[in-house]
Amino acid sequence: MMIDQAVVIKVGIADMNTVKAPDVIRTSGLGSCVGIVLYDERRSIAGLAHIMLPDSSLSKSGPVNIAKFADTAIPELVNRLGELGASKFSLKAKIAGGAQMFQFSGTSDIMRIGPRNVEAVKKELNALNIKIYGEDVGGNSGRTIEFNPATYELAIRTVNKGTHII
Amino acid sequence: MSFTDKINSLHLDILREIGNIGAGNAATALSKLLNKKIDMKVPNVEIVSFDEMMDMAGGSDNIAAGVFLRIEGDAPGSMFFMLPLEQATNFIRDMIGDETVQLAEPPYEELALSALQELGNILSGSYLSALSDFTNLSLYPSVPALAIDMVGAIVSYGLIELSQVSDYAIVINTALNEDEKSISETVKGHFFLLPDPDSFHTLFESLGVKLG
Repeated sequence: MMIDQAVVIKVGIADMNTVKAPDVIRTSGLGSCVGIVLYDERRSIAGLAHIMLPDSSLSKSGPVNIAKFADTAIPELVNRLGELGASKFSLKAKIAGGAQMFQFSGTSDIMRIGPRNVEAVKKELNALNIKIYGEDVGGNSGRTIEFNPATYELAIRTVNKGTHII
Repeated sequence: MSFTDKINSLHLDILREIGNIGAGNAATALSKLLNKKIDMKVPNVEIVSFDEMMDMAGGSDNIAAGVFLRIEGDAPGSMFFMLPLEQATNFIRDMIGDETVQLAEPPYEELALSALQELGNILSGSYLSALSDFTNLSLYPSVPALAIDMVGAIVSYGLIELSQVSDYAIVINTALNEDEKSISETVKGHFFLLPDPDSFHTLFESLGVKLG
């Protein structure tokens, strides 16, 4: 008996990778971070970036990890998908994350990082003319997400609400 | 050049001692609170990538109870007290004397959460006051916030400040466990102290050592 073994490609924090069906791609423990999936339906390829911060101008040190920031990670992911044969014009997006994990009084800007990450991701996608076909953002729960490039389904697991698909 | 490049082995020793004093004091507080023997491991100080940090805290995907607080004052930073759910449940049961308390599934009881938050408050308070005495620095804890969620989601919050400067974290990690429950060796609570990048200079200076 043959078993099709789909590989789960894992993406760490401030990291990105790409996937081709039948494999799936996953990142776990998204809190205030945002997971951005870009996919090309016709070619069944997708990419996932797990960003931590909205803008690379926040970086106070020299060389930056481009996968860490919304404004640098998304264009890079588009390039990498382009190299794999995806058409830049047919890319679609699904996003999840950007939670407010803790509530503090006198909330400083840095503590509002979740919503700021979401805003930055949307702005960048908009600038690149990539439409968002599904989103699950905000709230105050962590999320683990897995994208299947064959079905374009993004499965989102949270502690309180189990798994749902967008 | 990243700020972690300036850290040498003497600095790491100092940070280890900081962890030792802080967590030692906290372990005593925990022991008094629960009227139990608490075992504390010698702290380890490591320079780790963010992904490694998640693994240290129990794996990004796993669910844990985390008490998070910001340290304000002379040397700002973040602090976590992470407990596996099983251990957190044990602590709560001991504190409030109710054996039916569970954290396996929401909704959680208000009293259980409150007890856990108070536990975090007492522990982090004793950690910080020891640290403050030792360094002669003014350190004030924020009101601790509690989350029962994925480790990655909790810990990444404490890495935000750091992530603007570096892809690595200097973690002062101390493991605590209940002495008698050696059967479940893996069940441990962890203290993580994550000074903000600029605070390392202040911390070392307060102890008469220069950075870089």
